[in-house]
Amino acid sequence: MTTNETSPNGTLTKDSSPEDNTPIVELRDTGKSYGNIRALHGVNLAVRSGQVTCVLGDNGAGKSTLIKIISGLHQHTEGELLVDGSPVHFGTPREALDAGIATVYQDLATVPLMPVWRNFFLGSEMTKGPWPVRRLDIEKMKQTADAELRNMGIVLDDLDQPIGTLSGGQRQSVAIARAVYFGARVLILDEPTAALGVKQSGVVLKYIAAARDKGLGVIFITHNPHHAYMVGDHFSVLRLGTMELSAARSEVSLEELTNHMAGGAELAALKHELAQVRGVDVEELPEAEDLQAPVATTPEGTKP
Amino acid sequence: MSMSQTTAPAASSSPPAPPATQKDGRTSQRSLGRRLLARPEVGALIAAIGVYLFFFAVAPSFRETSALATVLYQASVMGIMALPVALLMIGGEFDLSAGVAVTTSALTAAILSFQLSMNVWTGVIVALVVSLAVGAFNGWLLIKTGLPSFLVTLGSFLILQGANLAVTKIFTGNVASDSISDMDGFDQAKSVFASEFSIGDVNFKITIVYWLVFAAIATWILLRTKFGNWIFAVGGSQDSARAVGVPVKFTKIALFMGVGAGAWFVGMHLLFSFNTVQSGEGVGNEFLYIIAAVIGGCLLTGGYGSAVGPVIGAFIFGMVSQGIVYANWNPDWFKAFLGVMLLVAALVNLWVRRQATRR
Repeated sequence: MTTNETSPNGTLTKDSSPEDNTPIVELRDTGKSYGNIRALHGVNLAVRSGQVTCVLGDNGAGKSTLIKIISGLHQHTEGELLVDGSPVHFGTPREALDAGIATVYQDLATVPLMPVWRNFFLGSEMTKGPWPVRRLDIEKMKQTADAELRNMGIVLDDLDQPIGTLSGGQRQSVAIARAVYFGARVLILDEPTAALGVKQSGVVLKYIAAARDKGLGVIFITHNPHHAYMVGDHFSVLRLGTMELSAARSEVSLEELTNHMAGGAELAALKHELAQVRGVDVEELPEAEDLQAPVATTPEGTKP
Repeated sequence: MSMSQTTAPAASSSPPAPPATQKDGRTSQRSLGRRLLARPEVGALIAAIGVYLFFFAVAPSFRETSALATVLYQASVMGIMALPVALLMIGGEFDLSAGVAVTTSALTAAILSFQLSMNVWTGVIVALVVSLAVGAFNGWLLIKTGLPSFLVTLGSFLILQGANLAVTKIFTGNVASDSISDMDGFDQAKSVFASEFSIGDVNFKITIVYWLVFAAIATWILLRTKFGNWIFAVGGSQDSARAVGVPVKFTKIALFMGVGAGAWFVGMHLLFSFNTVQSGEGVGNEFLYIIAAVIGGCLLTGGYGSAVGPVIGAFIFGMVSQGIVYANWNPDWFKAFLGVMLLVAALVNLWVRRQATRR
C-alpha cells in the first residue's frame, strides 16, 4: 500500500507546508559510512523551533547513527548538516552543545554515582573566584538545579543523592531539565520512553511538550508510534538506513504510522532492499544471487 | 541498574508533587551514622584506629613519639604518590609504571647533574619535564589506542624498569648513580626536598608536611573544582561525560601527568636524602600506591573515592610496616599482613557502599 509513496532512492516528501523560518538544524541527503558499511544515506530532516520532529524506526534502522551525527559524536560522510542554514561538521559533542544542540541519551545521560546536582551541571559547571582559587559555586548550583527541577515538576529532597538512585523516568527528566536550562535550542531525545512504564512515559512526554512550548526544536527518537503521535508535529520513518516516510502530522494518521513501524511496509522495504542489491557488484556477494532470483526476469538484474 | 528498579515502584506510587510542599516525602532523612558511613574513607578510618590500637597494645616502643615520626615518614613517602594514583583511579585508570617512574625521575636528575657537572637544580627541572612527559605519554597512548590502562602502563613499567638499569650502567658502569652530594645547589635542594624539623625533641621529616598539604590540595581539587567534577565523571561513566561536554582526553592525560609530578617529587626526595639512587628500586611500589588508594575507599573501577582515603591508607601502611618492626616480629610477615588488610578493606568498602546507596 505504501509502494507508491516511497521512491527507491529517497522519500516522497508529503510535508508540503512551506515554513517561513529557516530550520535550526537541517540534514540534506546526509549519510554515514563506517568503512564499507553504509549505516545511513539520503536522509533529509528539518528541525524547527517549537516543533517536535519524531524519528521512528526499527532496531538497526539508523536512528542512533542519525542522532550521533547531529550531536557531534560522529561525523557524517555524505551530504550536509546545516545549523541555521550554514553547513557544519561537529568534531566533538562540545561543539554541538555550543551550537545549542543538546542530546539526552537513553542510558548514557548521567553518571550514576555522582550526586544529582553535579550531574545537572556536569561539563558546564558554575564557578566563582579568580583563577588559582577558582572553585565550584556549590550553593548556587544546588539552588539552580533545585529550582529548574521544580520548574519541570520534579521534586527531590536530597540533591546530594547519587543520580543512580533515581528512577529511569526521573533521570530522563533531570537530563531534559538540564538541556532546557543550558539554553538548548534543539533537544534530541534518544528513545526516552523505551525503558519506562506507562505512567513514567507520560511524565517524559509531558516534558517534551513543555520543551516544545518553550520554543525548542525537539527531535524525538522512538520506536513507539503511539508515543510519537501524542506529541509529534512531523514524522520521519527510517528503514535500513534510509528514510521511508517523511510527513507532517496533518498528512499521516496514527494507523498509517503504526503500519509503517509494524512491518506493513515490509513489501516496499524488500523491494528497496533488492534495488540496493542490484547496484552492488554481484560477483562479490554470493547471497545476492539468491536475493535476485525472484526478480531475475527484470533487465537490470543482469546489468553488473 | 538495580537501583532504579527498586525505587521505581515508590516513584509511581508517589502523589504528583503538590507544589506547596517542600518535600517529595520519599527520601526519609538518613541518620547521621548512615550518612557518615557513606563517606568513602570511613571504612579506612575505622581500620586505621584498629591497627593503631593493636600495635599500641602489643609493641611498647610503638607508643613513643619518635615511633610516630617514623611511621608518619614511612607513610608520607608512600602517601605522596598514593594521592595522584588515587585521583587517577577515581578517573578510572591505573598506572603500573608509578613505582619505577619515581626511580626514573631520581636517576634522570642524578645522572644529568653529575655527567654535565651542572647545578643540581638543572637536573631537578629536567627530571620534572621527563616525569611529566612519561605521564603524558601514558595518557596519550591510552587515549590514542583505547587499550586498557593496565596494558599500556604495564608496557611503560617494563620500558622504564629496563631503561633505569641499562642507562645507569652506561653512565656509571654500576647499578647506582654517582653521589651528587658535593655538587652546586645540593644543600639548597636538600633543604627543599629532604629536610627535617623538630617538635620538642622529636625530628620529623619535611615530607610529612608536604604529604598533608598535597592531600589538602587534592581534596580541594576533587570536591571544589571543575576538574574534580570531571575526574569523577570520566571514571564513573566516560561516555556520559563525553556526551555532556567533559574534555575526557584532557582529563585523563592530566591525571597521568599528575602521577608523573608525584613521581618526580618523591624521586627528588629520595635522591636528596640518600645522595645516590639504586637503579633497580621502585619495582612493586606501584601496587602499594594502589593498595593505599583501595584501602582508602577508592573504587577500583573508578568514579568513587576521595583524597583523604589514600592518606589514611598510607598511614595504615606506615603503621603496619613499622609496627611489625617495633613488635619484634619477623618483617617477612609484612606483605602477608598488607594483603589481609587489602582484602578486608575491599570487603568493608563494598559493604559500606551497598549500605549507603540502599535504603
